[in-house]
Amino acid sequence: MQFGIFSVGDVTQDPTTGRTPGEGERISAMTDYALKAEEVGLDVFASGQHHNPPFISSAPTTHLAYIAAQTQNLKLSTATTLITTTDPVRIAEDYAFLQHLSGGRVDLMMGRGNTGPVYPWFGKDIRQGVPLAVENYHLLRRLWREEVVDWQGKFRTPLQGFTSTPRPLDDTPPFVWHGSIRSTEIAEQAAYYGDGFFHNNIFWNIEHTAQMVELYRRRFEHYGHGSADQAIVGLGGQVFLAGSEAEAKKAFRPYFDVAPVYGHGPSLEEFTRMTPLTVGTPEMVIERTLGFADQVGDYQRQLFLMDHAGLPKDVVLEQIEILGREVVPVLRREFEARRPAHVPSDPPTHASLVAQGPGAPHHLVAPARASETAAATA
Amino acid sequence: MTRRIVVTTAGLSQPSSTRLLADRLADAVTAQVSARGEAASVEVVELRELAHDLATTMTTGGMPTPAVAQARDLVSSADALIAVTPVFAASYSGLFKMFVDVLDPEAISGMPVLIAATAGTARHQLVLDHALRPLFSYLRAAVVPTGVFAATDDFGGAGSADLGRRITRAAGELAGAVVAAGVAGFGPSEGSRSAGTRVEQQVTDFEDLLAGLGQ
Repeated sequence: MQFGIFSVGDVTQDPTTGRTPGEGERISAMTDYALKAEEVGLDVFASGQHHNPPFISSAPTTHLAYIAAQTQNLKLSTATTLITTTDPVRIAEDYAFLQHLSGGRVDLMMGRGNTGPVYPWFGKDIRQGVPLAVENYHLLRRLWREEVVDWQGKFRTPLQGFTSTPRPLDDTPPFVWHGSIRSTEIAEQAAYYGDGFFHNNIFWNIEHTAQMVELYRRRFEHYGHGSADQAIVGLGGQVFLAGSEAEAKKAFRPYFDVAPVYGHGPSLEEFTRMTPLTVGTPEMVIERTLGFADQVGDYQRQLFLMDHAGLPKDVVLEQIEILGREVVPVLRREFEARRPAHVPSDPPTHASLVAQGPGAPHHLVAPARASETAAATA
Repeated sequence: MTRRIVVTTAGLSQPSSTRLLADRLADAVTAQVSARGEAASVEVVELRELAHDLATTMTTGGMPTPAVAQARDLVSSADALIAVTPVFAASYSGLFKMFVDVLDPEAISGMPVLIAATAGTARHQLVLDHALRPLFSYLRAAVVPTGVFAATDDFGGAGSADLGRRITRAAGELAGAVVAAGVAGFGPSEGSRSAGTRVEQQVTDFEDLLAGLGQ
């Protein structure tokens, strides 16, 4: 199972000091979090993509390449790549390039996650969010899998005899996750292609998350990629750790109470009940996180949001340290112990996809079509 | 069969004249359903008790608290709704609107609804037709023709007998709509209402989504 951290790259004032980090400072801090993640044995660092203040994460490939150059094993992901407003040709090129630079340590998480004004800034219409996600991703798959693409769609300039360069590393496109909180079409999309499904999870109750995952699993099986419990699932989560629950709450509460995303609303205790937020000891975090598998089934990737709400850099680094040293080793052991043998432990990686060979379903633009054809002729 | 009548009442004080009106309407509707040979049960949602939960739901991007989710389920699964609000600043109260705002857009589609309001003076009586009726039209509810407005004077002043007559007439209209709605399982379905509290497990096949885009 993969464990890691994800950052949305918000620049938020530290409410306890009134100090707001500069943009450069924030970017540099995110880099340090990624390096710390590798140092303490985490598997994944994922960056968001935003194009409006207060976020700085507008150029994830640039950032991830910089991190790739300073790490050996860390997998680099996005959380999420805006498949609605980013040209799929740019995504194909940028991330294939990053694949080469990083030695294949790249996967992507697709999302629509945009606030309204972002769409028109990129010439798009938010009401077309789902069709944009459907068409753009289908084109992206073709660009990574077909040498020469002739293509005409609804949203983008047609392509005639186009070759996206560089070609994916070892002719093997990165593994892709589809992130969705509520849109069932996106769970369906992930299932259709046999891609991963990531539920951000952090603003919703686990019962809701479980229903979204259940839909994806059922449709994954429907499209012939394996049994429902073999589908590739990732979850988000957010935690704050300390030696005792009281200590953790005392330290985190001032940040929680005014946090841009959930501050001024529910109490820390209410939000802890309603969502996966866990503020307490490593043991509490371990117990809560293991409980997710009871709700959504055995899954393959767990990412934690650690650097939110204006927490200062030294605190975040310490949090990642505790997560990597005290929480994740136990989670790895316990998740493996409960996992049935036929359920994959890890999501596909570049190495595993290459090992499957060029004839593997991953290399098909629409593997679900192939399995339906096979079923029809059988 | 027993028809399920759900009452939402947005009064803030205890005791509340809004709740008083809500109870009189509920009793009258129950009696009118019985008069048509059917039974009715009444469930009341005191929005005052949900005030904190509604604020929490609003400030967490629409994630319903368990209490809000329960209220949403209750309302959207009802056979009819009685919605009562005090008048604040020439309209329904903010608490009342907050509850409407957390309902699924399909929550009460086609549902028979009786609208009612209370206020200090009769000069607010057009609130029913200028504020409440358009709101429920937006939600595609089937609002009965008679709305019930009660000013303070109506609870004991010269016009109080008129309030009783208005309640009876409105209750008759709602009861008629509920009973006329038929019995679930017989005849064609009346379309989809959704509490929005569960993830819809029926999805459009992805091939159709792709085909819709010419791929």
